[in-house]
Amino acid sequence: MDFLNGFGLFLQTSIQCGTNILFAIVGGIICEKVGNTNLGIEGMMLMGASVGFMTACLTANPLLAVLFAGVAGLVGALIYAFITITLRGNQVVTGLVLTIFGTGVAGFIGNMQMSEGVTFSSQTVPTEVKSAFAAYEIPGLCEIPVIGKALFSQSIYVQLAIVVAVLAYFYMKKTRFGLNMRAVGENPGAADASGINVALYKYVHVLAGGFLCGIGGAYSSIASLSQWQENVTAGAGWIAVALVIFSTWNPLKAIMAAYLFGMLRGLKYEMQGWGVQISPQLIEMVPYIATIVVLIIITIRKKRENQPPKALGDPYFREER
Amino acid sequence: MSIADRIHITKRAGSSGWQSVLTRVLAIVAALVASGLIMLIMGYDPLEIYGRIITSSVTSARKLRETLNKTILLTVLSLGISVAFRMKFWNIGAEGQFYMGAFGAALVAFGFPELHPAVLLPLMGLSALVFGGIWAIIPALIKLKFSTSETLVTLMMNYLAIAFIAYLESGPWKDPKGLGVAKIAMFPDNASMPEVLGVHAGWIITLVLVVVMTVMMKYSKFGYQVDVLGESETTARYAGMNTVKVTLIAVAISGGLCGLGGYMQASAIEHSITSQLSGGLGFTAVITAWLAKLKPPVIVAVSFVFAMLLKSEVSLQALNMPSAITGIIQGVIIFFVLGSEFFVNYRISFRKAEKEG
Repeated sequence: MDFLNGFGLFLQTSIQCGTNILFAIVGGIICEKVGNTNLGIEGMMLMGASVGFMTACLTANPLLAVLFAGVAGLVGALIYAFITITLRGNQVVTGLVLTIFGTGVAGFIGNMQMSEGVTFSSQTVPTEVKSAFAAYEIPGLCEIPVIGKALFSQSIYVQLAIVVAVLAYFYMKKTRFGLNMRAVGENPGAADASGINVALYKYVHVLAGGFLCGIGGAYSSIASLSQWQENVTAGAGWIAVALVIFSTWNPLKAIMAAYLFGMLRGLKYEMQGWGVQISPQLIEMVPYIATIVVLIIITIRKKRENQPPKALGDPYFREER
Repeated sequence: MSIADRIHITKRAGSSGWQSVLTRVLAIVAALVASGLIMLIMGYDPLEIYGRIITSSVTSARKLRETLNKTILLTVLSLGISVAFRMKFWNIGAEGQFYMGAFGAALVAFGFPELHPAVLLPLMGLSALVFGGIWAIIPALIKLKFSTSETLVTLMMNYLAIAFIAYLESGPWKDPKGLGVAKIAMFPDNASMPEVLGVHAGWIITLVLVVVMTVMMKYSKFGYQVDVLGESETTARYAGMNTVKVTLIAVAISGGLCGLGGYMQASAIEHSITSQLSGGLGFTAVITAWLAKLKPPVIVAVSFVFAMLLKSEVSLQALNMPSAITGIIQGVIIFFVLGSEFFVNYRISFRKAEKEG
């Protein structure tokens, strides 16, 4: 029983560790499914983290903080979308620049003065926001052994991530819009010919993806750490880029990917307790190696639903059809 | 007829030289104005910040040297990246190849500390070339064998390399004299690159590389093959090229040059290796290579401008100005230049509204 309880606690922290990344993976999937590789996830997360934190400090309103975090990510995505979709710029380069830009914005906001001589970076999140995102127990359900604590004794922010991923799955697989969106990512020419507004679909989904990345970034700054840290996302955006592939562009598998990654992170601390001598840096390599292996396997097996979107990375130019 | 239907966009057949230069200059001017406006809104004097960026990067011998150090690194990395990019092999793994190159150099430096610098330094460079090259060839082989996207694999390989160096730092190569701090020991004295005219000798290597790469890409058979392969793999194959061989050689050169960057940074600047050795310049170099249109001489100029921005980051902070502002300026400038490519590559014309009915 002791072991089960311990494992339940471990799951609980693992899920918390994977939450910011889950938002980002789902955001990344939505963006890539319309054919846009976005290496700016880290930048959009940082913009969300900093703007969300600033809003939380200024308004003490948890809903506004999350909303503005999403909008910040969306603004980042809008710059990216304008350059890559309307102006057909190179997606890889634009994404990298977005990350540099977002890091700059986050650093700038962190050093901004909230009032005379007080910078945002010295603040902690107001208690109203903190308590809104504190873990709460759903009576009854949280008594279930092992998964009870992991799923039903969590912050509402954590549960929101799961809901978003499930909704994204149903949107993509079961709705007409989702079908159209996937068509745009696979073959924009054919989608265009069948009357789908390619540019509009790309814009909407790239922006939605940015919105989710922003919310994901804010999880770290306002819910999990509740204080400002330079580079608060700590590379989570890059791991998300990897896990988008690892989950083979499927939001349900993204839940698994994010929490597996959270467990891996939790394992680093657990193992110190067990006295196991494995370098934490070697454990850090696991998600990247796993991603490369998955990437190779999906290209060998050529199973249709696991493939990257066919038109991923190509700008669409109607006159070149 | 809606407005969107009236705008007509066509690809330019070939853009004239002065026109594309003019477009880019306009883009940069517009970017400077735009980021100036952002600063004004934020309550800073843009002219003062621009002034500081210049005065803090080139106005004294010491400042200029630091700026040149960064220019050298960015140039070598961008040269490496551009070889692969010309072939449309999207190597964004410069960061990882840089670290493996530094590792290769360190292996030699720690293995033969007694060797004379005249022997040791070239050996270190050679080892860096090989290690950086191998790190780039792995994703190339994966691509050739399984047609797996090299963009994603090279990106992953970056993190593997960084984690590997971090592992060395806190594990097998941890300096016992580091007082518990996880770092790798300093290189032996023989392994430090000497200075020539006040800047480490890497600038000579870099200039030679710029000339060699220009000549190779422009006038050699190999450079021609790389360009053809970049245009169309089928054409290359019909022309009887050994596409596998050309791909592997070009990728090896690409990774090798990035590895050489790691060697220079480790030997001349840090005198050791750390998991922060690159400062993320492996990613910045993707941007500089792209902005320079993959042309070696232009790469030098673009790298210098970026080095100025990077250098001023530290000094702006010292003056109690937000150092993060340089990240924002960098972002805005490149966004504008990336956007301006559109006007270089496409012609926009407006059709007259046709009367309906």
